[in-house]
Amino acid sequence: MSTGLNDNEIISKVLNGDQQAYAGLVNRYQNYVFTLALRMVKSREDAEEVAQDAFIKAYKYLADFRGTSKFSTWLYTIVNNTGISFLRKKKLDIHSLDNEKVFEMADNRDSGFSANLVEQKSKLAMVNNAITMLNRDDAEIITLFYKAEQSLEEIAVILGLEANTAKVRLHRARTRLKEKMETHFAEEVKDLKPLSPPTGGGLRLNEQN
Amino acid sequence: MNENDKNSPPIGGAGGIEERLWNYIDGTAAAEEKTVIEKLLDTDTAWKAKYHELLEVHQLVQSSELDAPSLRFSKNVMEEIAKLHVAPATKTYINKKIIWGISFFFIAIITGFLIYGFGQMDWTARGDNAISKNLNKIDLSKFFSNTWINVFMMINVVLGLFLLDNFLSVKRKEFRKA
Repeated sequence: MSTGLNDNEIISKVLNGDQQAYAGLVNRYQNYVFTLALRMVKSREDAEEVAQDAFIKAYKYLADFRGTSKFSTWLYTIVNNTGISFLRKKKLDIHSLDNEKVFEMADNRDSGFSANLVEQKSKLAMVNNAITMLNRDDAEIITLFYKAEQSLEEIAVILGLEANTAKVRLHRARTRLKEKMETHFAEEVKDLKPLSPPTGGGLRLNEQN
Repeated sequence: MNENDKNSPPIGGAGGIEERLWNYIDGTAAAEEKTVIEKLLDTDTAWKAKYHELLEVHQLVQSSELDAPSLRFSKNVMEEIAKLHVAPATKTYINKKIIWGISFFFIAIITGFLIYGFGQMDWTARGDNAISKNLNKIDLSKFFSNTWINVFMMINVVLGLFLLDNFLSVKRKEFRKA
């Protein structure tokens, strides 16, 4: 196993013929890649397929990784392209999933989060569910920024946008996430202890709830 | 811009409070802007309340967990790649000499046409119609009588338009950045 090695050292080993060294990269990034794929395709089964395809493509074209960006940025670009191709193949209109449909999909996710939501009342599950309810673009950019630890410049590269557009899109995605949390998880939000400094105002709840 | 961006209202409504606060929270605000926001947070309760709202969302998302694939995921990937080999880097199998050779061929043809065209012109002629009259003297039928040459020229025209389109889009991007 190559767990103690950094990404570039593992890549060198793989390129020198040590195929098993690639497992180090798979183990290191599988959760990130899977989460990103899940945000795009909204089903665990499909996400595994996309994630697996992305790792296979990354292996096949590893010699093309020039090291001018982080390996993770290069890998997430492959995940993004693989996810888009997958959705096109499935003839899903990637922009037409309305909120209700996404909400329904979130409910049907076999991750078990939604089924246990009432019992768990976990803020983490709530956030994950709220992200799942966002459209593909919003969920993807939030995941890249917060979970995949990519800067706005790197996100712009991955999504093929200009850095400023990526920034605006991230802001809007977070605003919509906040709205989702206020609308659909008002009870859970109410139960939360503020994470912010003690003077925190807390999330403003939707008055209808 | 995607559909959502088109349909969305401006962030934070008037004055873009949310946008400025997100920049502050992300640490991307300029030093001067940072000072201004800090002052506003000390004095303006609306700004303070909005800041805590956004900070809470920020921290919640930050603390959320990653989803994990099935336990066999890593094994499945390794089994699949065992059947494969790493492909050679693109730059090693695209010979630059071939690309340069093709470019030279096209440039030579274009230059040849230009030299021939200019050679046919009567540079001593004067008057408004001098150029058009001289252009009429060029006997293009010698060159465009063959179907293959016509196809070849058509491909050149399409490639030329494609390059022009690329050039203009680069210029447009540069102009927007400026």
